[in-house]
Amino acid sequence: MIEAFLALFPAAVLAQAPAIMVAAPMLGAALATVLPGGRPAWVVALFCSLITAVFAFVLLFQTWGGEVISYAMGGWAPPLGIEFRIDGLNAPVLLLLGVLSLLGVIFALPSVADEIAPRKQSLFYATFLVCLTGLIGVTSTGDAFNMFVFLEISSIATYILVAMGAEQDRRALTASFNYLVLGTIGATFFVIGVGFLYMATGTLNMHDMALRLVELDDNRVVQVAFAFVIVGLGLKAAMFPLHVWLPNAYSFAPSFVTAFLASTATKVAFYTLIRFIFDVFSVEAPFVSAAFVWVIAALGVIGMIAASVQANFQTDARRLLAFSSVGQLGYMLLGLGIGTAAGVTAGVLHLLNHALMKGALFMALGVFAIRYGVRSINDLRGLGRTMPATASAFSVAGLSLVGIPMTVGFVSKWYLVSAALDRGWWWAVAAIAVSSLLALGYVGRLLASIWLQSPPERALMAAKDRIPVMMLAPMWVLAIANVWFFFDATPIVELARGAAEAALAGAPR
Amino acid sequence: MVELIAERFAYGVIIILMMTGLYAVVASANLVKRMVGLGLFQTSVFLLYITISKVLGGAPPILEYPFPATPDETVYSNPLPHVLILTAIVVGVATLAVGLALVVRIREAYGTIEDGAINEADYALDTERAGR
Amino acid sequence: MNPHMVLRVVSKLLIPIIIVFGLYVHFHGDYSPGGGFQAGVLVAVGVMLYALIYGVEEARRAVPPWTVRAGAALGVLVFAGVGVASWILGGNYLEYEVLHPDTAYKAGQHLGIILVEIGVLLTVFSVILAIFYAFAGRAPDIPDEEW
Repeated sequence: MIEAFLALFPAAVLAQAPAIMVAAPMLGAALATVLPGGRPAWVVALFCSLITAVFAFVLLFQTWGGEVISYAMGGWAPPLGIEFRIDGLNAPVLLLLGVLSLLGVIFALPSVADEIAPRKQSLFYATFLVCLTGLIGVTSTGDAFNMFVFLEISSIATYILVAMGAEQDRRALTASFNYLVLGTIGATFFVIGVGFLYMATGTLNMHDMALRLVELDDNRVVQVAFAFVIVGLGLKAAMFPLHVWLPNAYSFAPSFVTAFLASTATKVAFYTLIRFIFDVFSVEAPFVSAAFVWVIAALGVIGMIAASVQANFQTDARRLLAFSSVGQLGYMLLGLGIGTAAGVTAGVLHLLNHALMKGALFMALGVFAIRYGVRSINDLRGLGRTMPATASAFSVAGLSLVGIPMTVGFVSKWYLVSAALDRGWWWAVAAIAVSSLLALGYVGRLLASIWLQSPPERALMAAKDRIPVMMLAPMWVLAIANVWFFFDATPIVELARGAAEAALAGAPR
Repeated sequence: MVELIAERFAYGVIIILMMTGLYAVVASANLVKRMVGLGLFQTSVFLLYITISKVLGGAPPILEYPFPATPDETVYSNPLPHVLILTAIVVGVATLAVGLALVVRIREAYGTIEDGAINEADYALDTERAGR
Repeated sequence: MNPHMVLRVVSKLLIPIIIVFGLYVHFHGDYSPGGGFQAGVLVAVGVMLYALIYGVEEARRAVPPWTVRAGAALGVLVFAGVGVASWILGGNYLEYEVLHPDTAYKAGQHLGIILVEIGVLLTVFSVILAIFYAFAGRAPDIPDEEW
């Protein structure tokens, strides 16, 4: 089947796939800027994300089985030129980006038409495409400084997308401003780290850097660079104590933006963390292996408990899910902190699964919002009776978040627990159990409000009579995927395993 | 001791600038001042890159036609960090523009750009909604 | 008599020079320091000076906001289009060598850089001006007495 799919494309196109992934949304963004209205711009966005999704599959199949694609941008051979490097680790992330941006764009048309002023819509889609360009660039580039540039391209576009929520609630502006300040500090920390690495190694190509860093284990410049890179990327990924920008940004952004960001942006930042910790720095170096236990695993555990506790006290549904995102990131960090192949597999697996869950949950909240304009948990009451289908999809994804069997959340927790047990980390297993109970608490509050309470009077006055099928379809795809990949977990687990192998293989040493 | 400080003089300046910027970001309540601090913080990193590109006694790295057939013995300064910083400056300009645009919008929405006043306005809104 | 006569006369002399100097910097970009980014800012500064002296409304008549938006998009399209052209000619994305057969003097490199820089010039000029319009358009005009 893989050969049949790849045979659809001429060899010249296959060879250019990494560049097409980045160039398509960039061209689309320029085109969408000059288009008159929201709908033509949406068609461009749809077309670009379709190309992205198709070529994400192409790259995935090309790298299946441990192949590494090295693409010399501009024909300048690496390590001097900028290299796009696709291996088993970033191909699944690219796939996630492609598929979720496609589903997101389908969801976007009615949602954006409802939330964004018509004359801003074409620029909105252009900004979205710029953000997508940046995210794809971060994921596929093999050059550390290039990664910073793409990271900032996507981040700056994200600040604007978040601020577009100001038409509903002016607090989107302050949320976006705080995100901008913290995001820029994070990116600057990252670039300081890259500068130190460049000082120590004389190269910016990450693969080349990894080869040279092997001999620099006790170099203090490298150790400082490690600290700066971890803090910088941790800020972008909303690692626990550095997550303060995330709840507000998620709760005041437009629905589509929240669904898209929650399922892709922090995931990409998390991928960069994996790339640096495992691939660029040598895992055997004492300062890196110390960081596994005392920084990454410890912060992961603290984060998944503390953020879940905070989630239990929220009144706004999106804010609750935002805190839950920080908590769920703790699981992924714990997977990394375990440091074994099984641990990284669990981390990447949860990364993919969490994108499925949060995508479905935020899309369902978007559907509730477009129908009744509801946002707080109190307003959700009785939706199980008035909108049973959407409420069911929401519940499926919510249960997946808790990790109930029959959902994909159970699979990743299973792998995480077994990886922790392999290393004898009982405390981590206990923390996972506590955090899952807390998750049951906050998801239970949402579900109780939806299913058990009776609808208020004004719920009968719907803002819109019919919910566009374009919003429901992507939500259902993601909700069903949450169940499907429990019964047929092989593809998603294989993706994660391939990623872990690629991450741990690193430079030959 | 003097030699040690003299050798690392540039780093000292960079660290002072960086900490000044970071302090301004954290400590000032005025949003524009925060953007100024952020700009200072970024600029210090640009200086860090420029500093590491200088090679003592190095010539400007520009070649003229005809290019020498064999690599000559001349020591050149490293041009790469300059190029990187040109890109980083563009990123900084874009960030500054977006940040200031947000400040303008915040000023239009809240009538103030002081952090405390904004929080008070939002808190008042929240309590009003809760009381409703 | 207009109170800003000196400013008006001097700026009328300066603006063309600024713009020509911007283009000079631009067309040196392929073999010496210079290039589209600096040039774009310089040319935009010419228009900004015009706006400062004659008012933002006049500048908006000279360079309407829609051209700014279109220019920004066109610049990116030119840049990305050079990459597409190098695909069609059989190279990697933005591989300038394939654009021209003469390799002795790296004609392809020069051609590619000039083309890309034209895109950069357009985008930077437009974006800088768009930022200026966005900020200047919101502030109240300063009355003459307060100069």
